[in-house]
Amino acid sequence: MDLEIQQRIKDLTEKFGAENIVVVIGGAEAEASGLSAETVAAGDPTYAGPLAGIALGLAVYHMVEPEIKDECDPAVYDEQCGMMEMVLDVDAIIEEVSKIRKEFSKF
Amino acid sequence: MYMLQGKKIIAVGDRDGIPGPAIEECMKSAGAEIIFASTECFV
Repeated sequence: MDLEIQQRIKDLTEKFGAENIVVVIGGAEAEASGLSAETVAAGDPTYAGPLAGIALGLAVYHMVEPEIKDECDPAVYDEQCGMMEMVLDVDAIIEEVSKIRKEFSKF
Repeated sequence: MYMLQGKKIIAVGDRDGIPGPAIEECMKSAGAEIIFASTECFV
């Protein structure tokens, strides 16, 4: 995950409180999505950015996960994400991100 | 249900997946507040 984005997430978590924040990611692949999820829940696995060694424990979901998708207006979701959902390996993404969430998210 | 209502959303989009603005639009329709939206590019 970009270092600037890590810093912003760290600052926003301090400002608003980790329990009030949900991170929604839009990664194209399961592996990249899993790394992003791990970064905001357990800390930067590459130890390169501001979240290295800092486990924020944030709730993190991929946009295509039913928990998120089902809360959106279906027409808006179709317009914004429908096309990509057909291309992405949704099952693999859900498996990877939900695994990280169950292991590391505290909220 | 409605777990997103009143939550503050950080959208980390991906240029090759779902971009930040698309996540933002969807989250607005779910009644959530977006506090930061970005789009990563892995090139």
